[in-house]
Amino acid sequence: MRKSLIERILTWIAIIAISVFSLFPFYWAVISSLKTPSGLFKIEYWPHSFEWQNYIGIFTEQPFGQNILNSIIVAGSTVILCLFVAVLAAYSLSRVEFKGRSALLLTILAVSMFPQVAVLSGMFELIRTFGLYNHWGGLTLSYMIFTLPFTIWLLTTFMRQLPRELEQAAIMDGASPWIILTKIFLPLMGPSLVTTGLLAFIAAWNEFLFALTFTLSSDARTVPVAIGLISGASSFENPWGRIMAASVIVTVPLVILVLIFQKNIVSGLTAGAVKE
Amino acid sequence: MSSHHALTARRRQAYLFLAPSLIILLLVAAWPLARTFWFSFTDATLSLDNVSWVGLSNFKNVLQDGDWWTSVYNTLYFTLISVSLETVLGLGIALLLHKSFAGRSLLRTAVMVPWAIPTVVSAKMWSWMFHDLYGVINDLLMKVGFISAPIAWMADAQLSRMAIIFVDVWKTTPFMTLLLLAGLQSIPTQVYQSAAVDGASAFRTFWKITLPLLKPALVVAVIFRCLDALRIFDLVYVMTSNSRETSTMSVYARENMIDFQDLGYGSAVSVLIFGFIAIFTVVYVMGSRVNLVGGSSEKVSN
Repeated sequence: MRKSLIERILTWIAIIAISVFSLFPFYWAVISSLKTPSGLFKIEYWPHSFEWQNYIGIFTEQPFGQNILNSIIVAGSTVILCLFVAVLAAYSLSRVEFKGRSALLLTILAVSMFPQVAVLSGMFELIRTFGLYNHWGGLTLSYMIFTLPFTIWLLTTFMRQLPRELEQAAIMDGASPWIILTKIFLPLMGPSLVTTGLLAFIAAWNEFLFALTFTLSSDARTVPVAIGLISGASSFENPWGRIMAASVIVTVPLVILVLIFQKNIVSGLTAGAVKE
Repeated sequence: MSSHHALTARRRQAYLFLAPSLIILLLVAAWPLARTFWFSFTDATLSLDNVSWVGLSNFKNVLQDGDWWTSVYNTLYFTLISVSLETVLGLGIALLLHKSFAGRSLLRTAVMVPWAIPTVVSAKMWSWMFHDLYGVINDLLMKVGFISAPIAWMADAQLSRMAIIFVDVWKTTPFMTLLLLAGLQSIPTQVYQSAAVDGASAFRTFWKITLPLLKPALVVAVIFRCLDALRIFDLVYVMTSNSRETSTMSVYARENMIDFQDLGYGSAVSVLIFGFIAIFTVVYVMGSRVNLVGGSSEKVSN
C-alpha cells in the first residue's frame, strides 16, 4: 500500500502529538523533582540545575525506604500465592470436564468485576479478626479478591491453547494430574506465568483503597499510600518537590518493566478479551 | 482399571486442585460481602462493639442524604464522559497503530507509560501540573492566549470534575487502545481486500466493515472501563480529597465507614453500590448479546 506524502506527514504529526501528551507529565515530574523548593515557583521547560535534595529528603524525613520494602513484600507475596493456587485451578478448569465448570468460570469472572468498596467493611472485620490490621499480611490477603480471579482466568486461557496430545500419552501411562501439570505443562508455561505474574504485581503495587484503609502507621504503608499522604517537612514548605521525587522513584521500575515485557503485557491484557 | 474409574479419579483430583482457589475466594470475597450486607442492617461502628439490628434505617438515611445523590451524579457523569472519550480516542489511536508504519513501536511504547504509572502517582503529577499558581497547564494556556489569568482548577467543582476526567482519559486510553487494537488485528485482511476491489471509500469501509466486526472487542472493552469507572476512588480521593461536591460513590462510602466511623451506614452505601453495579452489568450483558464466557475474558484492575 502506498501512501501520499500528506497522509504520511499527518500520521507523523499524530504520532508525535500522542507521544508528547503521554510522556510529558512524567518528564515534568522528573524536572520538578530536581528543583529546590524555591525553584519550583519558577516555571521552566528545561532543567537548569540538578538538585538531589528531594530524593534525599523523602528517605530521611519519612520511612520511604520502608514503604518501598512494604510494597515489594506485599506485591511479591501476592504474586507467589496467586500463581501457585491459580495454576492448580487453571489446570482443572482448562483440562478436566466436570459439572458446573462454566458456571464456576462465570462466578470467578463476576468476582473480578466486584467493586472493592462493596466488601470494605466485611474485609476490615476479617483482617482485624486475623490480627492482620496494619500488617502487610492483611494486604496480601485482601488483594486476592482482585488478583486471583484474573490470574485464574488468564492461566486458564493460556492452558487451553496447549495441544491436547501433550497429556494424552501421559494419561495413558497413568500419570497423575500433578505429574502432568508439573512435568509437562509448567515447563511450557514460562511466558504465560511471566505475563500473569507481572500483571498481578502491577495491580498489587498500584492498589490504593485497601492499603489506605487497612494500614495506620506511616511505616506500615505501601508506596501509593505514602505518596498520597505526603506533606512537606513543615507546613510552610512546598511539598511538591518531594512528591515528585517519590513519584519518579516508584514509576521508573514500572516503566522499565513495561518496556522490557511490553509484548507479554499486551498479550496478557488482550488474551481472551477478544475472540480468537 | 476401567476408563470410567480413571475419569472419576481425574475429576476428584480436579476438585482437589480447585480447592485452594475456591477457599481463598470464599474467604476474601463471599464472606466479606455477606458481612457487609449484614452490617448494613446494623448500627455497627468502626470498633465493632455492641452491634445491634436497626432494620432498614441506614438505607432510609442514605437515600435521604443529598450528599449521596451528589456522589451518584458525579460517578455517572464521570463514567459517561470519560468512557466515551476513552473509546473514541482509543479507537482512533488503535486505527493509527493498526496501519504499518515506522513509528508504530515508538507510539506503542509511549502510550504504555501512562498505563504503568500508579493511579495515585498520576493523580499527584497532574495535580501539580494543574496547580493554580505554579502549574504548567495555566502557564501553557496563558502563553498561547487561551486564558488571561491563572485558573484555580481545584477550587471549582465543575473544573475539578473536568480535570479528573482529563487525567483518567490520559491514564486509561492505552488500555482501550490495546483491547481495540487486538480486535482490529483479529479481522481477516481478505475482508478489506474485497472491499477495496468493490471500490468502497475508506469511510464506508470503516462504518460497514471495521466497526461491525470490531463490535465484540468494543463491547468487552467498554464494560471493563465502565465497571472500573463506576467504582473510581483513588483519582478523586487524591485530587480533591475532602470536597463534597466532587465525591464519588466509593469515596462517599469510605468516608462514612472509616472517617466518620459509621460502619453500618457505610455498609448500606456499599450494598447500594454493589446492587447498582450488578444491575448495570446484567442489563449491559443482556443488551449487548455478547457471549463473555465463550470468548473468555479477563480483567485487570489498576
